[in-house]
Amino acid sequence: MTKADIVEAVYDKLGGFSKREAAEIVELVFETLKETLGHGEKVKVSGFGNFVVREKKSRMGRNPQTDEPILISARKVLTFKPSQVLKQQLNG
Amino acid sequence: MTKSDLIEAIAQNAGLTKDKASIVVNEIFDQMVEAMKNGERIEIRNFGNFTVRNYEAYTGRNPKTGEPVQVGSKRMPFFKVGLELKRRVNGE
Repeated sequence: MTKADIVEAVYDKLGGFSKREAAEIVELVFETLKETLGHGEKVKVSGFGNFVVREKKSRMGRNPQTDEPILISARKVLTFKPSQVLKQQLNG
Repeated sequence: MTKSDLIEAIAQNAGLTKDKASIVVNEIFDQMVEAMKNGERIEIRNFGNFTVRNYEAYTGRNPKTGEPVQVGSKRMPFFKVGLELKRRVNGE
């Protein structure tokens, strides 16, 4: 499934909007999610899951090819925690 | 941000009624859940990919009592963050 498939479904469901408008609205949804997460704010979608920005401290790593130790810098990463409901749906 | 905050933001920024915005947001997540139920992979460019991973049954342990417990095989959703979003989250 790609964004185009989602646009198609939204277009069918919404009614009264052109496909182009449906595409713009779907785009706005993902852009809003990116914007929010980009600020470090978490997004909770009931029945789906939570997108959480986590702060990782710097740590020592190793270049697996040369075995040389390297410092992995502190960074923020995004994690997705699926909801119970979603997990149940996949295992129903 | 919760799903209702997202719906509110979409209604405001797309000039939709809250009902319409709610239909859009719910349809997007419903579609993604349906796809994952079918074991389908979801690709949202610049956002990320959702895949369904199959896990074999294994014998785990109750971490409190140390007692062995059988964990059945299961399917779990997995999200791999896209490059653009990964960078935005990390403030690059």
